[in-house]
Amino acid sequence: MAGASAKQVLFEPIFSNNPIALQILGICSALAVTTSMSVSIVMCLAVIAVTSFSNLAVSLVRTQIPGSIRIIVQMTIIASLVIVVDQILKAYAYEISKQLSVFVGLIITNCIVMGRAEGFAMNNPPFMSFLDGIGNGLGYSIILLFVAFFRELLGAGSLFGVTLLPTVNDGGWYVTNGLLLLPPSAFFIIGLGIWALRSWKPDQVEEPDYKMSRHTTKEAF
Amino acid sequence: MEHYISLLLKAIFVENMALAFFLGMCTFLAISKKIEAATGLGIAVVVVLTVTVPVNNLLYNGILREGALTWAGLPNVDLSFLGLLTYIGVIAAIVQIMEMVLDKYIPALYSALGVFLPLITVNCAIMGASLFMVERDYTFGESVVYGFGAGVGWALAIIALAGIREKLKYSDVPNGLRGLGITFITVGLMSLGFMSFSGISL
Repeated sequence: MAGASAKQVLFEPIFSNNPIALQILGICSALAVTTSMSVSIVMCLAVIAVTSFSNLAVSLVRTQIPGSIRIIVQMTIIASLVIVVDQILKAYAYEISKQLSVFVGLIITNCIVMGRAEGFAMNNPPFMSFLDGIGNGLGYSIILLFVAFFRELLGAGSLFGVTLLPTVNDGGWYVTNGLLLLPPSAFFIIGLGIWALRSWKPDQVEEPDYKMSRHTTKEAF
Repeated sequence: MEHYISLLLKAIFVENMALAFFLGMCTFLAISKKIEAATGLGIAVVVVLTVTVPVNNLLYNGILREGALTWAGLPNVDLSFLGLLTYIGVIAAIVQIMEMVLDKYIPALYSALGVFLPLITVNCAIMGASLFMVERDYTFGESVVYGFGAGVGWALAIIALAGIREKLKYSDVPNGLRGLGITFITVGLMSLGFMSFSGISL
């Protein structure tokens, strides 16, 4: 990726090389926190902050780290940043940090953070790495917000806690779709989202494992 | 005893790590193309979880928790903010030690698990189980059962998914959905199936 412009580094991961949809990274936490938009946004900000600053820090020390212990060093940097984020959330947004429960801690094992530190920050200067971290964080956020948008709107009839579709329980007309608040719906939405993304950018379609051979005999007709 | 059995069943089926909490998804989707590989990884996860959760439990209750250092004359010290760093360190260290021990004493098992062991350090299911253990305040005995159950549940899910994917590769899937897309839909359906366990309580 030598010579890539700052703009490319920042915007590539959003659609063209999305960490979730294409690289299968960081799905773990992406699904569990997407039942409401406000929680998702906090999660996105936390991930963007951790990815960008861990990339920056790893890139700054990249020439000093001996190859054999680099994983441990990266892990320590990431874990320290996550602790900072966790403490800040507990101090200033206690309610939301309760809802995110273990998932803030799980940013440590989020493969995006580790993957970018190992794959990009180890070989690139600090500023570029910082941008790459923000870009990948944004790519992650796009998917997260996309999923949360559908789940909260159709599952609870609201966005950011503000009621848009008055539900039957409150005397309105919208019958909520309870399935969307349950875990399986997140898988369906991401699956369909990937389908939409790949129809838009056909070069991301995967090769089939088996191709059906052409009909060679006429008897079936 | 009943309490432990109930906890075990709950960890395996009702609160399945992969299908109800989406933990360990990255490896779950990446290593589920072949049944053999999935089985190897599943067993490795069970072993690592059964060891790391109780160890983290001991560390949390013995050192990190508020007031745990009373014996050392430090009754007001609360080190629980160091938890994340400790757990990940413990997990990385145990995986490393296990790799060396297996290599030395059970080479057959080592070569079977070999590639998957290092992957496990960054598997969210391992870290997640430790964090859940702390959040729910399990005792030592409970944490052993919980670690084992969570591992078995995860292994069950990945082996089942691998079985489905092995059949699925012969089918004619629409272009954009091929590969990752259809896998997500499949996992969604599996997750829906596992939801039917949610009423179980002993």
